[in-house]
Amino acid sequence: MTGREDIPIAADEDVVRVRQVVRSFAQRAKLSLVDQTKLVTAASELARNTLTYGGGGAAVVELLGEGRRQGVRASFQDTGPGIPDTALALTDGWTSGRGMGLGLSGARRLVDEFELDTEVGRGTTVTVVKWSR
Amino acid sequence: MTIETGRSDNLADLLRTGAAALTARWVELAAAPLRGRLSPAELERELSELYGALLSGVDSGARDVAAEPYAELRGQLADLSRRRARAGFTPSETAIAVFALKQALFEFVDRDDAQGGLREVVVFSQLLDALGLQTFETYAKAREEVIDEQAEQLLELTTPVVKLWDGVLAVPLVGTLDSARTQVVMEKLLEALVTTGAAHAIIDITGVLAVDTQVAQHLLKTVMAARLMGAECTISGIRPHIAQTIVALGIEFGDITTKSSLADALRHALRRSGVDVVTADRRG
Repeated sequence: MTGREDIPIAADEDVVRVRQVVRSFAQRAKLSLVDQTKLVTAASELARNTLTYGGGGAAVVELLGEGRRQGVRASFQDTGPGIPDTALALTDGWTSGRGMGLGLSGARRLVDEFELDTEVGRGTTVTVVKWSR
Repeated sequence: MTIETGRSDNLADLLRTGAAALTARWVELAAAPLRGRLSPAELERELSELYGALLSGVDSGARDVAAEPYAELRGQLADLSRRRARAGFTPSETAIAVFALKQALFEFVDRDDAQGGLREVVVFSQLLDALGLQTFETYAKAREEVIDEQAEQLLELTTPVVKLWDGVLAVPLVGTLDSARTQVVMEKLLEALVTTGAAHAIIDITGVLAVDTQVAQHLLKTVMAARLMGAECTISGIRPHIAQTIVALGIEFGDITTKSSLADALRHALRRSGVDVVTADRRG
């Protein structure tokens, strides 16, 4: 097993696969059950965003080692329309689609590090990191 | 497939001198059956890469595609096939990417010198390719049908509606909840509510690995639909790590009754319908 996996996101099944890969990485990084579930749930939200709003893309899951703590970084990239107003997109309950409007903002609360890189017309990349305690 | 290489051939030279023309024609021929589902730029990038790998394989002198010099080409082909399969292309549409180069090569050679018999060989070879593809297509389709059947059976199997008590139904959910499965769950539950006249339904999510906003939304809709039909709906089996995740995510279940275990949910439903559960010795 390597410390990095690339997963294309083009269909609903791919969201499930992202979840499975993230879960196995979280277990290898020795995250607690709560942290595993939080990271898997965040990955699920972000992967679905990539599919629904970004029109598909890819996820990169990596194992991180920094001193004594371990972590998992998951990055979700698409070349979709991008997010015009990131502050609005990160507001609880706001959605441009038909979801609950909690995916992006909720995912940010579920992880330790959250980075949103987006440009209208170029696409969106969301990177999250969860560290073991 | 291995082809005898008793004498040295000039295939590599041919591929190198004709690289530009062959690649261009290859892209053109491969694009036609895809009917614009892949951008020309994307296809050109894919096929140029393949051409480079093919040339270096041929250049090595090896003619056995299982040999080491073709390792990169095999890898690229595997990637391409996987991408096509995921994007919903048929096996034939995928294989065309390779076969189209043959057509391009024939045209290229034919233009230079038309040897006797070559034209017939070309036509017959194309015919055989088409027949080979046909068998492959049918084979893959049959396999897919088996998989679809199994998936459907699984969908049915994994969503049973069970009767726990008079007027109390339960749906134990296991695994991943996607739109298709939730739809099945909702339909089955609502139908069962009508046929049994049950007033209580319990949705047990002990076996659900993660509850994200989509799963929550599906659950909420099912509960709302059950309520509209006059039934009370409880969600049970919310384990500690799921509960913490739901809170962090910001999902609100509002006034929906939730219980940590199916037993609690059953006790709640029984009490609501006026049934009291007591141990035998206290009854006297």
